[in-house]
Amino acid sequence: MRLVTAIVKPFKLDDVKVALETVGVAGLTVSEVQGFGRQKGHTEVYRGAEYQVDFVPKVRIEVLVEDADAARVCDVIVGAARTGSIGDGKVWVTSVEDVVRVRTGERGIDAI
Amino acid sequence: MVNTGDTAWILTSASLVLLMTPGLALFYGGMVRAKSVLNMMMMSFGALAVISVLWVLYGYSLAFGDDVGAGLLGSPTQYLGLAGLMEDTTSEAGGLPTMAFVGFQAVFAIITVALISGAIADRAKFGAWMVFAGVWATIVYFPIAHWVFDFTLTDDDGVVTHVGGWVANNLAAIDFAGGTAVHINAGAAGLALAIVLGKRRGFGRDLVRPHNLPLVMIGAGLLWFGWFGFNAGSAVAANNTASVAWVNTLVATGAASLGWLLVEKLRDGHATSLGAASGVVAGLVAITPSCAAVSPVGAILLGAVAGGLCALAVGLKYRFGYDDSLDVVGVHLVGGLVGTLGVGFLATAAAPAGVDGLFYGGGVDQLWRQAVGAFAVLITSFVLTYIIGLVIQKTMGFRVDEEDEMEGIDNAVHAESAYDFTSLGGGGGSLGATRSAAATASASTRGATA
Repeated sequence: MRLVTAIVKPFKLDDVKVALETVGVAGLTVSEVQGFGRQKGHTEVYRGAEYQVDFVPKVRIEVLVEDADAARVCDVIVGAARTGSIGDGKVWVTSVEDVVRVRTGERGIDAI
Repeated sequence: MVNTGDTAWILTSASLVLLMTPGLALFYGGMVRAKSVLNMMMMSFGALAVISVLWVLYGYSLAFGDDVGAGLLGSPTQYLGLAGLMEDTTSEAGGLPTMAFVGFQAVFAIITVALISGAIADRAKFGAWMVFAGVWATIVYFPIAHWVFDFTLTDDDGVVTHVGGWVANNLAAIDFAGGTAVHINAGAAGLALAIVLGKRRGFGRDLVRPHNLPLVMIGAGLLWFGWFGFNAGSAVAANNTASVAWVNTLVATGAASLGWLLVEKLRDGHATSLGAASGVVAGLVAITPSCAAVSPVGAILLGAVAGGLCALAVGLKYRFGYDDSLDVVGVHLVGGLVGTLGVGFLATAAAPAGVDGLFYGGGVDQLWRQAVGAFAVLITSFVLTYIIGLVIQKTMGFRVDEEDEMEGIDNAVHAESAYDFTSLGGGGGSLGATRSAAATASASTRGATA
């Protein structure tokens, strides 16, 4: 099993969600995060005092998938989240040793 | 027979001015960080509590009692506890009940004290602030209100029936609603306190952006609304003077907001909401002393200058290294000076005050009176406030611990948090705080005996 983690622009969340549903992904987890990459932060000015805000708001999407689906899910996310400008984010895939469904106790692929 | 129109307007104005202090609490509260908004607002509410009591006990007497010498102070005993004022003697001649005037002036004292709190955001002990509020009102505000607001009265035969303060009568400076007594006074006091308390940790380095700009804008709106009572009410009658003051208070404020936004757009590239709200207050401050002395067009000019200058003045604290956190100096001291000195330039005899300033052919006669009044109040307030602040700092301590300041003064000083952002805990849920054992025990005891 694999965990696909994506950091994307917040306004792309809906596109990514819809795209993942169309390829049969049954569940995902979303969290609001902050960070910086090449995009860096932005400046804000209050009563003439300029502040550098280093972190940019992003959305993190996590999807558990079977090994065979990982590459396709990854491509679907990239396709849906890309704008072509700086700050589009990243997607990465990690191996997952085991998964348990809390309600039934099912393990492994059955729990996805 | 009481003048019912005047009385109704003054009681209404007094209520409007009272609302300015909670409005100020919102204006200031939105500008600080989420961890100190309650303390910021509590300093305004604390001023409401302390000053309303002191005003009745002896404040009114110090400000509006018969002068005890040189126009410096009213008799502290004449109206002690408002003695003798419940009986209505003044309104028999078609006037205003004295109690209406007592109430109207009380709310001026309250807001003036509350204004100072913006200079020491995030770091003052609440108890020390409350002591400061009472002492400062007693030693600084009540006497200066006597200087500026207490007019000498004569009866129909020209016999003096009441002797007032020196700025209003001997100097004859024009301060219609408190450019000196309220704004220069609070601004100079804010500067002194900011110096006594010192900078916040990370001043000029850390991100200390406002946590809630909508609160700031609601606060500015309430201040503007209340300020119509402040300025138009200062006519102490429902008449033409009040109406001129009302219109000038509208238009100078709009012009000041425009002036501030213009400076921002040209300098920083963006017109900000904080700038619009700050410009509103700067304009209100500048038109306060001048609203019965200038024409509406003069008010536009005065407001625009005040908005632009204050927008530049708020940067001074970084250059000179004093942490006037919410710009009491940049807005109230500078705006108060613009308005008070502006009378000397822009006053026109066509306005109710009936005096020509420099630009209307009146020469510098009124200008020097304005300057003497403004700087007398500025210096007196700064020196006395510095001493009061230092004494409190050396005795009971004025500043909270570094740890409390970093973690948030709301929790450290008031044992409260302004906002509960999480549904998981913090508000008594399973992951966060639970009711303390002692509190739970006493609750169940009460339940058993009830």
